[in-house]
Amino acid sequence: MLTRLREGTPDAAGGGRSDSADPELERIIGAAVRVTELGHAFGELRAIESIDLEAEAGEVLGIVGPSGCGKTTLLELVAGLRNPDRGAISVDCRADPDERLSRCAYMPQRDLLLPWLSALDNAALALRIGGIAREAARRRAGAHFERLGLGGFEGARPEELSGGMRQRVAFLRTLMAGRPVLLLDEPFASLDAITRAEMQSWLAALLGPDPHTALLVTHDVEEALYLSDRVLVLGPRPATVVDRIEIESPRAADRAAAVTSPGFAALKERALRSLSGAPR
Amino acid sequence: MIRARHWLAPLAVIAVLIGAWELAARWDWISGALNIEDFLVPAPSDVAESLWRDRSLLAEDAWVTAREVLLGFLLALAVGLLFAIVLHLSETLRRAFYPLLVASQTIPPVAIAPILVVWFGFGIGPKLFLVALVCFFPITVNTLDGLRSVDPQLITMMRTLGAGRAQILGRVELPSALPFIFSGARIAIAVAVIGAVFAEWAGADSGLGHQILIASSQLLTARMFAAIVLLSAMAIVLFALVTIIERRVVTWDNRGVTKA
Repeated sequence: MLTRLREGTPDAAGGGRSDSADPELERIIGAAVRVTELGHAFGELRAIESIDLEAEAGEVLGIVGPSGCGKTTLLELVAGLRNPDRGAISVDCRADPDERLSRCAYMPQRDLLLPWLSALDNAALALRIGGIAREAARRRAGAHFERLGLGGFEGARPEELSGGMRQRVAFLRTLMAGRPVLLLDEPFASLDAITRAEMQSWLAALLGPDPHTALLVTHDVEEALYLSDRVLVLGPRPATVVDRIEIESPRAADRAAAVTSPGFAALKERALRSLSGAPR
Repeated sequence: MIRARHWLAPLAVIAVLIGAWELAARWDWISGALNIEDFLVPAPSDVAESLWRDRSLLAEDAWVTAREVLLGFLLALAVGLLFAIVLHLSETLRRAFYPLLVASQTIPPVAIAPILVVWFGFGIGPKLFLVALVCFFPITVNTLDGLRSVDPQLITMMRTLGAGRAQILGRVELPSALPFIFSGARIAIAVAVIGAVFAEWAGADSGLGHQILIASSQLLTARMFAAIVLLSAMAIVLFALVTIIERRVVTWDNRGVTKA
């Protein structure tokens, strides 16, 4: 995806210069995520009962479940931000929490942009943290602005941007971290329905041609079915996997046609019935 | 226009108060009824006259006091910020030192000032110490509150982007604590003037506080009030200065980064 991003971006300086290439990001092709018999509790509160999941390199795994079923906890466990009570997690065959954290880019529901930084500096945050000089970091992040529909807003403060634009800046910030695995925690939940649909098409266009490993947590069944290669349906807390749905042609270019097709409707019905605990 | 209206109300209040005072002091039947002696309570016009007549004397003293206030404040700012950061980074140190921090605020400046003079002499040392002492508490407590009020999700976000403790402090916690730091600084700069006066009373050969002491012993009440007017003006100007700097520095809406 990131190579695509770069190719699709006109060089800021123009004239066919190639020094805006991002060799750091070339190696990213995704890494497999494996979770076996995972269980976690907060004191008496059992958040996750027992979860097994696998996402192959380059695969988008959708995870839907009712509110408060421990989806965010699951992502935090995978990212190594929390230690699980039971079970095993590996990212790119690494089990150590710090090793996992260094391979995952976590994108929360709220954009969490820093209000004192411009859109460009927010997008470049991961590079600055990585010790890259301000100008170089800005150049590398800025090279993606046009492609993400953010051209001309480099100097804008987050409060001057629309919800969708803020989310795209946050997404770019996540991508610029250059991690093989994306953990998307309800990335579009704070947006209105129309903007959310736009952002789903936008993300599909990014993920489609150049696959990237991603765990997409959402309570929006349609979003999961549209964007994912496979969807896990979780039951109410404590979370267990109640259904696994394979998607035949994920991330179709025409979102409106895709999500209203009979096949999609059937999958949606199945997912909704699984969510409500009814037999299929 | 908005600016003029902004200043109108406070100026009107001050004008009315001064006018009433002037009348009370000037009209014999009011001052007689209130039993006011004119050598005890000078009229505002007398104070103004003293401000003009003793201008070179008062300017010299004002400069001495302003220097004590500013240097003491800056000292407290440096020490307070450092102390707050250390307490923020270590849970153990915070628990250990927080009571001491609160205790520093309970030390009466009047009581400790004479001891400081005994220890450090008549120079600027005890003044700086006392000004810094009264400034230290609001700066440190506000900074600590600011550092601790950052949305924990922001910290998580920074960790997932690879940030270590120092990066989180420098890139998120300190910037989002800035409005808190400025609140503390504004409180501190206003009380700093009081601290300087106490310090000068305990032992000094110049400064507006010292001038008040001398003038009162000679019953030069107009000059005494002139010194008080200058002290108030100094506090207002410094307070406004901190506010102006804050507006220049904190140009964002901080609600997005602090806990609800």
